[in-house]
Amino acid sequence: MKRYFHEELEEIRSHLMLMGEKAVESVKLAMQALLESDIELANQVMESDDVIDDIEKQIDDEVVRYVSLRAPVARDLRLLFVAIKASHDLERVGDEASNIAGRTKKILAQGLPIDAVARVPRMCELAINMLEDSLRSFIQEEESLAYSIVGRDREVDTLNRENFKELVELMKSDSANVSACTEMVFISKSFERIADHAKNIAEEVFYLLTAQSLKEVTRGK
Amino acid sequence: MSLVTDKIISKPKIETRDLGLEMTENNRSLIEISNFDFFYGEKQALFDVSMDIKEREVTAFIGPSGCGKSTLLRCINRMNDLIEVARIGSGKITVNGVDIYDDRVDTIELRKRVGMVFQKSNPFPKSIYENVVYGLRIQGITRKSKLDEAVERCLKGAALWEEVKDRLDTSGLSLSGGQQQRLCIARALAVEPDILLMDEPCSALDPVATAKVEELIHTLKDRYTIVIVTHNMQQAARVSDRTAFFYLGKLIEMNATDQIFMSPDKEQTEAYISGRFG
Ligand SMILES: Nc1ncnc2c1ncn2[C@@H]1O[C@H](COP(=O)(O)OP(=O)(O)O)[C@@H](O)[C@H]1O
Ligand SMILES: [Mg+2]
Repeated sequence: MKRYFHEELEEIRSHLMLMGEKAVESVKLAMQALLESDIELANQVMESDDVIDDIEKQIDDEVVRYVSLRAPVARDLRLLFVAIKASHDLERVGDEASNIAGRTKKILAQGLPIDAVARVPRMCELAINMLEDSLRSFIQEEESLAYSIVGRDREVDTLNRENFKELVELMKSDSANVSACTEMVFISKSFERIADHAKNIAEEVFYLLTAQSLKEVTRGK
Repeated sequence: MSLVTDKIISKPKIETRDLGLEMTENNRSLIEISNFDFFYGEKQALFDVSMDIKEREVTAFIGPSGCGKSTLLRCINRMNDLIEVARIGSGKITVNGVDIYDDRVDTIELRKRVGMVFQKSNPFPKSIYENVVYGLRIQGITRKSKLDEAVERCLKGAALWEEVKDRLDTSGLSLSGGQQQRLCIARALAVEPDILLMDEPCSALDPVATAKVEELIHTLKDRYTIVIVTHNMQQAARVSDRTAFFYLGKLIEMNATDQIFMSPDKEQTEAYISGRFG
């Protein structure tokens, strides 16, 4: 039997999806602002962070209310745990997008050697793919998709390390680059973190669907 | 990411979410209880109880056994008149603005407006059909078409129609416990009350039958004002909009149900709902 209050769970699910969509969009726009030197767009990304924060707050409230009133168990209870955790990851993704946009504005005020950006679009693409796949695994309830995301953050990590070395070289070669390249170090790190959050969400979805820890299941993978 | 978008669009927009609290503020008070003291002989059962019960909401009374929940419920339709030693000390109860303990109040009419469903379902040893139309026959209604219409409407209203429509002539006592309780609700609905008082309506039912009655309560609140006494706190949390917590004949705290269960104002309430009582 489906009870009337089960719709409240659907509502929480859909708010998490909405939040995921907003977070993905923010990351994409932050990247675009950097590549196209678009200050307006950077401002827009920073403003939209409030919307993402508000959805997280709303999800928190809904979860506390549901737990208080509905005595959830089993998968319903896991969904609520996951909603709290994944919405926190998505809120962090929104923060990273906002950080990227803020640093982009600083960079645009001073110019940047073209090489400094070279690896970033690839990092962004990988991070966004991971994020989209983790959200899709949630929406479509595909544990195999969630499972497949593990390990995909390694390439982003590698790119971030390479980027760092390259940026250090650029700073050494011309001290005029130091300030903009420092911003790029942080931007690169932000993309790496976004990939980490995507991986966290995948783990959370896997737990939701299987009641198992993905870390334990993939130990040694 | 169109996938996400597709799913979202079919959902209500986030801003329009109604936690139920907004509505609550606007509903008018249908029942007002003020400074109400009540005695059984020398023993005082209710102490200075004041509360407003809102129209078209479900209000739950919770509290340990013997704290006066049923007593107060029975005061709302003057069922306590039937108990010899019962008497009001002071205070009053109004329904729709009318002081129900005024001498001019017709208690038969009052109990039509304020129906009651008891803990133990008590169908009469008559057919399902006759159980539903019982109150109407007392009112002198005999026209078959009118009675037929009421039977269908009330059994549908009580979410029982589909289960019994082919055997309306069989005894009400042949139904399962959960069905009997819904039959009693249908019987209460037949006289078209505004208010339904329910005293532990699910305490004798299994979880599935309980869920059905709870679902029914949820649908009935669109049209009726419901007051439910329950010893099951989870049930209060599930079905009610407002919750009143009683202890030793006193109203300790009354508030929106989510407020009561998420952050009650009074320590006693918190101790009771979290099982740290006594
Ligand atoms: N008919 C009665 N005669 C005398 N005392 C009663 C009667 N009904 C209830 N009481 C007393 O009134 C108090 C409140 O009872 P009640 O309203 O039934 O509590 P609850 O429904 O919260 O369990 C109890 O102490 C109970 O013993
Ligand atoms: Mg009682």
